[in-house]
Amino acid sequence: MRRAALNILQYGLLLGAALVFLAPILFMLVGSLKPDALVLSEAGSWRALLPDSMTLENYRAVLARTPFWHYLLNSLLVNGLIVGLGLLINSLAGYALARLRWRGRDAVLGAVLAILVIPFEAIAVPLFYQLSLLGWRDDYSVQIAPFVANPLSIYLFYTFFLGLPRELEEAARIDGAGALRTFFTVVVPNAIPVFASVAIVTLLFYWGLYLWPLLMTTGPSVRPLPLGIATFFTLPPLHWGQILAFGVMMVTPVLALFLVFQRGFVRGVASSGLKG
Amino acid sequence: MKRIAGESARTTLTDNATGWLMVLPALAGLVVFVAVPFVLALGMSLTHLRMGSPLGAQFVGFEQYLRLLHDTSFQRALINNALFALGVVPVQTLLALGLALALNRPLRGVAVFRTLFFMPVVFPMSLVAVVWILIYAPGPNGLLNSVLDTLTLHHWQPRDFLHDPRLALPAIMLTSIWQGAGFQMVILLAGLQGIPRERYEAAAVDGAGRWQRFLHVTLPGLRNPLIFVVIVTSILSFRVFDQVRIMTQGGPLDATTTVVYQAVQSAFDRAQAGRGAAMAVVFFVIVLAITLIQRRLLRSEREVR
Repeated sequence: MRRAALNILQYGLLLGAALVFLAPILFMLVGSLKPDALVLSEAGSWRALLPDSMTLENYRAVLARTPFWHYLLNSLLVNGLIVGLGLLINSLAGYALARLRWRGRDAVLGAVLAILVIPFEAIAVPLFYQLSLLGWRDDYSVQIAPFVANPLSIYLFYTFFLGLPRELEEAARIDGAGALRTFFTVVVPNAIPVFASVAIVTLLFYWGLYLWPLLMTTGPSVRPLPLGIATFFTLPPLHWGQILAFGVMMVTPVLALFLVFQRGFVRGVASSGLKG
Repeated sequence: MKRIAGESARTTLTDNATGWLMVLPALAGLVVFVAVPFVLALGMSLTHLRMGSPLGAQFVGFEQYLRLLHDTSFQRALINNALFALGVVPVQTLLALGLALALNRPLRGVAVFRTLFFMPVVFPMSLVAVVWILIYAPGPNGLLNSVLDTLTLHHWQPRDFLHDPRLALPAIMLTSIWQGAGFQMVILLAGLQGIPRERYEAAAVDGAGRWQRFLHVTLPGLRNPLIFVVIVTSILSFRVFDQVRIMTQGGPLDATTTVVYQAVQSAFDRAQAGRGAAMAVVFFVIVLAITLIQRRLLRSEREVR
């Protein structure tokens, strides 16, 4: 009896919270499907969440009037290379730190842990000066290069490799394989979960990156999606329906990834948190 | 025995080169894109350097820092970041803890709720900011205004949240809590699931009630995840930029300006390199202080064990 009452109370609280968490998302989705003029005028009625008519007009307008596909391509390219190259070099570094014995290892490990403390915002402005002095700005590479090497990724790989049983590697080494070959043939296939977690954590952070491309790029030719949506505000009048349609399209790729690989997302976030 | 010793000596020798080879790409990236700009910032903050002008690169000591001390906008930014932390950290942590506790009981549909609460974390902050501008729309037709009007049985005076100096910062804080609570919840949930069942059973045997079990088993078991979550949220509170830039541009009257927003302003819009660098250094010192507190807290717990 008490248990049943407790369950009802719990469901009630969860449902209330779910409504609060869901409302802005639903509002965005519904607004993107409504005639432009109604988004703002109906925001105060229940029509904000339950439309009486739906149209894809906003999506058509976004695709016709903004270089959405180009922004998406830019985002995919930049993030794909940050994640891909990052997995390669950060896993190599994590492995060398965890498993190989070499002169200077402890110093490098200490340096990585020290750099882990420096948030990107402390680096952004000085790095902006540094790269501007070199004339390096407004292209893809300047949006990728600073983020490939990542101390958090190195650390996550490092702790994972520390916990991996040594037997397989030792067998490979005794068979005459070098450290690099052992890494790629024996270690990587046994480390897929950590690669997935690091990829997800990296993507989660960089897909929405706003400050750096804002500083370093100017035109839509190389800018990613987060700057694309901000562009609407520089060109009044504001077409709210189109802004929301752009937003829905912008979040769809990561949202789809999240819904498919939910366990990976949750595990990735939890591992980056519990070990940090 | 001898053979094995020889074997490992040989491995160590080759590993010396391979080790450096494997770590080199990542290390080079960290040096060029983190260490160098960091040292550069320390150096530049001691000059009057302006971008695009060779003048002012001479050493001026701590003058930039002294100026920041008396800069009312920068003072406001520091206060805003502190207020942001004071408001967001407890509210978001308690909310996330409540959600995690509610989801930690075996109940039908728990996975769906977990997905829902985590979903905003996947949303880029720029998009979240845009959607919430609309939620905060002024006038009786605004979403939040009309919700509050209904909740207060039509006693609500419509507000222009983002243009009201007293409401703009709380509005941005609420947006950030909505986006970030799911992240904390996931970490606390993992922490809850890591608490051994036996501890609860032992407490039950000792006659501990629900509340006592929470106080004496759950909370101590969540110590490390809670410290982590509180520290990370405090640091995030000082890193706030995207929401401010998109929702209020620091206004009205610096009511929502932040340290990072000021640094980017001075770098980007006014080309005052020395000043921007000094702000970046101040920002780093704050974050470092918070991090050192975290390490201290986590270490003291290990010693207790």
